[in-house]
Amino acid sequence: MSISGYFTQVFAVADAEARKLWHDPWELVSRATQPVLWLVLFGEVMAQVRGLSPGSVPYLDFLAPGILAQSVLFVAIFYGIAAIWERDLGVLHRYLVSPAPRSALVSGKALSSGTRALSQAIVIYVCAALMGVDLSFAPADIVCAVLFIALGAAMFSTFSLIIACIVRTRERFMGIGQVLTMPIFFASNAIYPIDLMPHWLKTVSSINPLTYEVDGLRAVMLVGGRSSYGLGSDFAALAIVCVLMIAIATRMYPRMTR
Amino acid sequence: MTDDLSDQNSASSQLLQAVVVETVALTRRFGDFTAVDGVSLRIGAAEIYGLIGPNGAGKSTLIKMLTTMLPPTSGRALVAGFDVAKQAAEVRRRIGYVPQLLSADGELTGYENLLLSARLYLLPVAEREQRIADALAMMGLSDVRDRLVRNYSGGMIRRLEIAQSTLHRPAIIFMDEPTEGLDPVGRHAVWNHIRDLRSRLGAAVIVTTHYMDEADVLCDRIALIDRGRVRAVGTPAALKAGVGPNATLDDVFEKLTGAAIEDGGYSAVRQERRAAREHT
Repeated sequence: MSISGYFTQVFAVADAEARKLWHDPWELVSRATQPVLWLVLFGEVMAQVRGLSPGSVPYLDFLAPGILAQSVLFVAIFYGIAAIWERDLGVLHRYLVSPAPRSALVSGKALSSGTRALSQAIVIYVCAALMGVDLSFAPADIVCAVLFIALGAAMFSTFSLIIACIVRTRERFMGIGQVLTMPIFFASNAIYPIDLMPHWLKTVSSINPLTYEVDGLRAVMLVGGRSSYGLGSDFAALAIVCVLMIAIATRMYPRMTR
Repeated sequence: MTDDLSDQNSASSQLLQAVVVETVALTRRFGDFTAVDGVSLRIGAAEIYGLIGPNGAGKSTLIKMLTTMLPPTSGRALVAGFDVAKQAAEVRRRIGYVPQLLSADGELTGYENLLLSARLYLLPVAEREQRIADALAMMGLSDVRDRLVRNYSGGMIRRLEIAQSTLHRPAIIFMDEPTEGLDPVGRHAVWNHIRDLRSRLGAAVIVTTHYMDEADVLCDRIALIDRGRVRAVGTPAALKAGVGPNATLDDVFEKLTGAAIEDGGYSAVRQERRAAREHT
C-alpha cells in the first residue's frame, strides 16, 4: 500500500461526501441558522452582563469563536447517525469490502466532516463581522482558524462514529447525542471564561478538548486575540485527541456490519 | 455429510484445476445459535455457484465470512488463495460483492458511484474514465450517468451495483439475493449480466438465492443449505436426477431437509417492500 494510494482512498471518501452536499446544499443553510441565532439572540442579551468576558474584550468578540466551535460540535456529534443510516441502507458494506484500509475510511469521513464545518465558519465569520466583532483576516490567522475548525469537526465526528459503533441504532443514538453535547458545551470556555467556574468544573473544563479548540480560535479569529494555553498546546491537544479517536474508530468501524 | 454429486460431470475436472474458494469446516456462532455449521465447499474458477436455502439458512452469514465482513468462529476459508481471517486485505482486492441491501449511494450520480469505487480500488488513473464509461455502457446506464441514483429504477440500481463492484475486475464475485425485488424482465437482465461477467472476466460468481427456479437456470452447481449446514452439492440436473424423473429443485430440497422452502419472516417482507418502493 503506497502513501499516495492511501491518500487517494481518504480523498475518495471525503470527495463523495462533498459531492452529496453539492447535490443538496440545503443542509448547509439549515446548519448555519442555529449559530446565527446564538450570536444574535444570546450574544446581544448577554453582552449586557458585566464580567462575562475577561479584560477589555467585548462579550460578542469573546462569544463568536465559542459559538463557532459550538456549532461545529453540535453538527459533528450527530455524525454517527449518518454512519448508522449507511449501515442500515447497506452502503457501509461497499466501503468495508473494498481494499481501502479501515483507517483510510475513517480518516476520509473525518476529513469530510472537517470540510463541511468550514461552511459554518464562513457564515459565522460574515455574521460576526456584520455585528461588529473585530475579526482578524490576516492570512496566517485564517489558515490557523481553518485548521482548528477542521480538527475540531474531525475529532468530534469521529467520537460520534465510535458512539455509533457502540449503540448501533438511531433511536439510542439520538438520546445519547443530546446527553453528550450539553456537558461538552457547558463544561468549556465557549460562552463564559473558565475563571468564573467552581474549582471542580475548571478541572473538567481543562480536560475537555472543546476548551482547547475555543482557546485556539479566540487567538486566531480576533484582532489581538490571545490564547491562554498557547497555540502550540491547543493544536497539540486537538491533534492528539483526533488521532486517538481515529485509532479507536478504525478498530470499531468494521464491527458495524456484523 | 456432503455428497458431491458433481463428480460425474465435466465441471469437476475443471474444478480440480483451479479452486478459487475453499472452506473447511467453516463455522460461525452467535451466542448459542450456530448460523453456519461446519461448511466445507470447493468452488472453481468461472463457475456460477448457487448457495440455496430458505431465509435464515445461513447463506448471508456464509457470504459475510467469505467477504471478510465477519470473522469465522472456527474452521477456515481460502478465497483466491488467501485466508479470509488472516489476509483480509488480499482477499478484498480480488473479490467483488453485491450485498443484499442497497450499496449504491442514492445521493450520488451513477458516474460518481463508479468514480468512488475506482478510487477505493485504486484503479490506474489513466484507465479510470475509460473503465467507468465501459461499465456504464455495458450496463446500459450511459444515458443516466449524471442522474442521481435515488431517481433510478430498481433494475437500474441493481445494474449499477454490479458495475461498481466489478469495476476492478475481481476473480470472484459474491452476490447476495441479486434478483430480490426485481420484476421478471429485471431478473433476466441480471442473469444475463452474471453470465456475461463469468465469460468476460473469467470470474467465479457465487450467488445466494431462495428462488429455486433461479438456481436451476442460472447456476452451474448449487449447494443446498439448511439450518447452517450443507445438505447437498451438485449440478441442478444431477441433484434432480438423484430424486427421480421430473423432480424439481423444490422436491430435492424437500427430500433432503424434510421441509419445503417457505418465503417469509420480517426481514424478507421488509426487503420486498423496500424493493417495491424503489421501483416506484
